[in-house]
Amino acid sequence: MARLHEHQGKALLREHGVSTPSGEVVASASQAAAAARRIGGPVVLKAQAWITGRASRGGIVFANDADEVESHAEQLFTLTFGNFPVTELLVEQQITIQQEIFVSLSIDDAAQSPVLLLDFEGGSGIEQRAENVHRLPVTAAAGNVDRAAVEALVAQAGIDASLQERVVDAIESVPHLARQIEARSLEINPLVTTTDGRVLAVDCRITIDDYAVFRHSELGIEIARELDHPPTHLERVAYAVEQNDHRGTFYFAQLPTDESESTRGLVGFHGAGGGGSMMSMDALSNAGFMLANFCDTSGNPSAAKVYRAARIILAQPGLVGYFGSGSGVASQEQFHSAYGLAKAFLELKLDIPAVLRLGGNSEERAIEILAAVNEHVSAVVVGFGKDDTPKACAARFAELVEAAKTAWEPRPRSLPEYVGHCDSFAIDAGRVWINVDQCDPEATAILIEYGGGIFRDAGGYPELAVTAEDAASRDSELIACEIECIRAGRPVLFVDLLLEGIDDDSGRPVGAFLEEKGG
Amino acid sequence: MAILIDPAKRVLVQGITGREGRARTRLMREFGTQVVAGCTPGKGGQDVEGIPVHDHVGDAVEVAGQIDISVVFVPAALVKNAAIEAVEAGVKLLLLVPDRVPLWDAMEIAEVARQHGARFIGPNTLGVLSPGPEGRSAVIGMIGGRAESARQWFNGPVHNRTVGIISRSGGMTSSCGYYLSRRGVGLSTLVHVGGDSVVGLPIPDVAEMFEHDDDTDAIVVFGEIGGSQEERLAELLATGRVTKPVIAYIGGKAAREGTRFSHAGAIIEGGRGRHAGKVEALVAAGATVVPGFGDLPDAVISILGDTVTV
Repeated sequence: MARLHEHQGKALLREHGVSTPSGEVVASASQAAAAARRIGGPVVLKAQAWITGRASRGGIVFANDADEVESHAEQLFTLTFGNFPVTELLVEQQITIQQEIFVSLSIDDAAQSPVLLLDFEGGSGIEQRAENVHRLPVTAAAGNVDRAAVEALVAQAGIDASLQERVVDAIESVPHLARQIEARSLEINPLVTTTDGRVLAVDCRITIDDYAVFRHSELGIEIARELDHPPTHLERVAYAVEQNDHRGTFYFAQLPTDESESTRGLVGFHGAGGGGSMMSMDALSNAGFMLANFCDTSGNPSAAKVYRAARIILAQPGLVGYFGSGSGVASQEQFHSAYGLAKAFLELKLDIPAVLRLGGNSEERAIEILAAVNEHVSAVVVGFGKDDTPKACAARFAELVEAAKTAWEPRPRSLPEYVGHCDSFAIDAGRVWINVDQCDPEATAILIEYGGGIFRDAGGYPELAVTAEDAASRDSELIACEIECIRAGRPVLFVDLLLEGIDDDSGRPVGAFLEEKGG
Repeated sequence: MAILIDPAKRVLVQGITGREGRARTRLMREFGTQVVAGCTPGKGGQDVEGIPVHDHVGDAVEVAGQIDISVVFVPAALVKNAAIEAVEAGVKLLLLVPDRVPLWDAMEIAEVARQHGARFIGPNTLGVLSPGPEGRSAVIGMIGGRAESARQWFNGPVHNRTVGIISRSGGMTSSCGYYLSRRGVGLSTLVHVGGDSVVGLPIPDVAEMFEHDDDTDAIVVFGEIGGSQEERLAELLATGRVTKPVIAYIGGKAAREGTRFSHAGAIIEGGRGRHAGKVEALVAAGATVVPGFGDLPDAVISILGDTVTV
């Protein structure tokens, strides 16, 4: 549900032939005054904010002249709605309304179809009067509404006869525009007729289907998310990861943590699947913890994706622990996730407790992989399976947190010393380093066993059995090789997955380094 | 018996040559599903695990004959065209596995499906699984993963009475099945309706199928905030169109309005789809709604009565 601001929605409406009051978008009080002079006459100042009841919360102010505009605008720019400070105002000509019409395109999940809602009583309190609202079907393929049906309703609504056709045109444009931009909802509240004979959209709210944003670059949506705050740095990093790797689902959002002092501490949360995640979050909250973030990697994600999610979670300071939990009975092979988590914990030398509930296919192997991390880091890392409830896992987590009494400090990755000095090949968004000099037949055998056909034996040493291009997307197998080599005491391979926005802060240039040293 | 999928159904896989399509075809077969053909444009003439691949669904129908279900494993942006192609070729039931199918694409698929009298499950569904001994079990989609896991999870020790499972969460579909099965409750079919806000075969429609399935004694529902599926199920109960016992858990109690936790469907918009409203509607209609997910097995067992031997 990526949202558009009122002024963006109005610009789209104008492109579809629906008029709006003349106005300008401004970012400062002096700009507001200048805009008001250009518009002429009394104006209205409207804070661009995604809230309901904007007028009652002081976000809409009327002004008679430029001086009044400037002082009111200054006041509006000091406001914050939720976590969003007001950064833009829409300055519009005041109009004299004759009649108000509520027009809304929404999705009827029961009918599996778009629906157009019309109410000629107009204005506020629409939810209470829902039963009087006319519902007209809209076709999904074309976004068409039956024009004759709209005409019939408009004819009975007491609208000035000379304006009726323009009202019908405007109403008909709404589903067309919604179809074109793939809106989840598009609301004009109200569409008005004015005493001077105009038909105008006075307000406009649009949300776009997150899943369609990729084919609407013209809308300029930076992050297709319905966050209740401006996107944070880490949310931007996470969003980029998702856009670059569509294997499985990845979702990351930071949560408000103002009152963490009164809880048992902030938890880095890593869910798998929406339903299971919600249950697990409830279990943590019930155990007295506060979640620093929501994160979900599900739908058979690659090990690299799980690794990157863990890195992003662990870029948050002050965590008392890391808690992962999904549905408990996952259909996917859980060891991929375990390898991704293990890699992140090893690279960051984890020193806060981690509890991971990885029930599902191959859960025994997943738990074993996580248990092996304990030999290399100071933290306690525990895996659980499908017979362990979220509640029991949260209780164990609480015990470990009490015993550890540590708070996480984000840190750069620690890299094996051979990185940069040995053979390597590029993979998707990273590079694999192989310290061939240190490879003995046993290390080579591990690479062959876990590499899924990527490596073959070249006289006791490993070599690529596939082209570098074919190996580039095999991060799950490569990460399995890395972790299994470490477990066997033969760390000869490292999967170098730079995380743009996090690792470039560590003083190690991202692209250049790979280009220079790459083999 | 079971609903939607059983070993007699003839299944087509669209996107059979892709990473997921290939892997899941093998797993579906191992669990007993009759996969008779595959489709990938441009790959006609090849085969996957001995299953012939065709360029178009129409070719597959011509060669393989009757297709009962098409399972779609193509990238999200291509799902609309793949689904419409299958419907126009005469396939009457589709399973749309991919996540992130654009909403208007899903609605357009629904529009074309209505015109052709076809139905679809999903999008964003883990699938449908009918457990049972070898030769009587079948699955479409990804649910269960490996056949040996699925048998171990869903074929519990005692099967005196059976429930059908309907869930809006993929992972929780399996969880419901596993936690009930290990307590001795039999399972007729597990259905993940899909995590999106518009799904082709929502909870009430599946509940009506279970109502008419002789081997289903009660219906277990994992519902979530958002949308109107649970409320519409309550209407069916209130009007007597579903008479079998319904035992439900509704997730997302703590979620705030307008905040989405992964599923596009699990979001409260404009005050609709709240947790409390769903619970009230179901309880008023005679369903049992458990406060915690962990309470589900006990509630099911007590309602099914002492015919279940634990």
